[in-house]
Amino acid sequence: MSSYTALPWDELILADRVHGSLYTDPAVYESELERIWYRTWVYVGHVSEVPEPNDYVLKSIGPQPVIMSRDKQGQIHLLLNRCAHRANLVCDAERGNSSAFRCPYHGWTYSNAGKLLGYPFSSGYAGTELKQHLGLARVPRVDDVHGFVFASFAQEGPTLREHLGEALEVFDRLVRLSPEGEVELTAGWLKHQVKSNWKMLLENETDGYHPQFVHASIFAVADSGIGDLYGERSAAVSRDLGGGHTENDLRPEFRRRAQPLGWFGTTAERLPDYVERMRSVHGDAAEQILIDGSPHVMVFPNLFIAEIQLFVIQPVAVDETVQHVTAIQLKGAPDINRRMLQQTIGSVGPAGFLLADDSEMYERNQRGVGALAPEWLLLRRGMHRERCDENGLVVGDATDEVPQRAIWRHYRSLMQGEVPV
Amino acid sequence: MTTSGLDVDVDVDLVHEVEQFLYREARLADEGSFQEWESLWTDDAVYWVPYGGDDVDPERQMSIIYDNRARIATRIKQLQTGKRHAQEPRSRLRRIVANVELLTTEGDDIVAGANFVVYESRERGVTQWAGRSEYRLRRTEHGLRLVAKKVTLVNNDRPLPTLAFLV
Repeated sequence: MSSYTALPWDELILADRVHGSLYTDPAVYESELERIWYRTWVYVGHVSEVPEPNDYVLKSIGPQPVIMSRDKQGQIHLLLNRCAHRANLVCDAERGNSSAFRCPYHGWTYSNAGKLLGYPFSSGYAGTELKQHLGLARVPRVDDVHGFVFASFAQEGPTLREHLGEALEVFDRLVRLSPEGEVELTAGWLKHQVKSNWKMLLENETDGYHPQFVHASIFAVADSGIGDLYGERSAAVSRDLGGGHTENDLRPEFRRRAQPLGWFGTTAERLPDYVERMRSVHGDAAEQILIDGSPHVMVFPNLFIAEIQLFVIQPVAVDETVQHVTAIQLKGAPDINRRMLQQTIGSVGPAGFLLADDSEMYERNQRGVGALAPEWLLLRRGMHRERCDENGLVVGDATDEVPQRAIWRHYRSLMQGEVPV
Repeated sequence: MTTSGLDVDVDVDLVHEVEQFLYREARLADEGSFQEWESLWTDDAVYWVPYGGDDVDPERQMSIIYDNRARIATRIKQLQTGKRHAQEPRSRLRRIVANVELLTTEGDDIVAGANFVVYESRERGVTQWAGRSEYRLRRTEHGLRLVAKKVTLVNNDRPLPTLAFLV
């Protein structure tokens, strides 16, 4: 059953502005579920969240409840949390270890690969063998990049690597910060609820214009150095990575400062074990890796790599979104991990020094966009100074709205069905 | 004065003193008396609001708040800038602290527990917060002071709205 509505997307999304109804219209939201959340590749979870055979964790794809499990052979499965009999949830523990899920309603039992194992009083089915035909529904396509598991509800379409395109390299940049080349998401997820459309969050993640205003209070009282990255004199750039993926590339500014671990607000002397391990693994290249730091990239539509933490954007209604956030942990680097966790706790979540204020803006935006006029949201900042970088990607100054225009261009193509998705 | 109604001795004077301290701490937080609220904490204080259950390890797991004394100071300074948007305007707050219980005493420290309900009013509407607080109090030359406060919200395993006031 299709919930897609052929809205006049060309009239709602212009090169330099978008219409306010895109954040408030339930028909837009229903169309997004079909064209984006139930079709393109969406980030779901990380393999380190189910490290052992038979581990499982509850996840989501937009409003869809998904079980991410690891079977006893070690393979990852994404199963919809819905009994094949009469649709009860088969799993309600947030995480656990089990080879099977048993529906509490009538006792139907499934393996952690989704296979129907048994159902009580089988004579009631007059000898029909249900096991071969029924099971938990599987998300049709599952793939991962460096342990980051993505899924698509479309049976066919671009591969995950095609979907990521220029954003694929971002994961290399992230995991090489670990002396063992692996990220682990073991710190658990804070869930922060906002009464706002999900695209308010998507657009804000790579908005380099807001930090000096939204985060003025914490910049004034803590010696963070983040504010200057997003000033008029910053060498950082905003970038369209294609496919709706966007970046605030802070490396030009960090390279100008040439301070190893400056991106993390510290020095090599204060994390000697980590720096030593990085030098032993990477040799002379370690210096540049430690200067360049971690990416600030929004992977369309829901994974935000925010240097030391990850956010996952989950729409649950046209005007309600849950942001899931955890600290990035680098395998083999306990000293920097402790600090990354504590900095993350300070910054994000319902009481975070940064995210409480971002979230206030999301909710204010949502209330504001309900006002009848002037109808449009302007996204023209820096259009006159867009340029191509050495890889042919469109970039702008740190505070320009290159990322927001890139997101909407891709969004329009998905909603119009111009590109195979 | 000590009475022994149950199978433990309860120092009712101490209970009264602790209750009065907890009520004052609650009122200062409700009314945004930031400097006075901050002065209640000792130099080695920890202010902790866990997420995801009652017994998570804040050194390994995400928390809503896990402030050492320096970070408590930063939190207060941020609130005082007038640009902490999540508290501009400040939430209107009133909380009830109840079921106050002395749990243990350890040297100069007193460990007490209490339940609470907070009504928070902002433009987004009224949010009701509820949970249990555990306090470690120390008797100092200035009277009782807070060494640690752990605030366990009953719904700390679910998505939570912004919580930028002093809970």
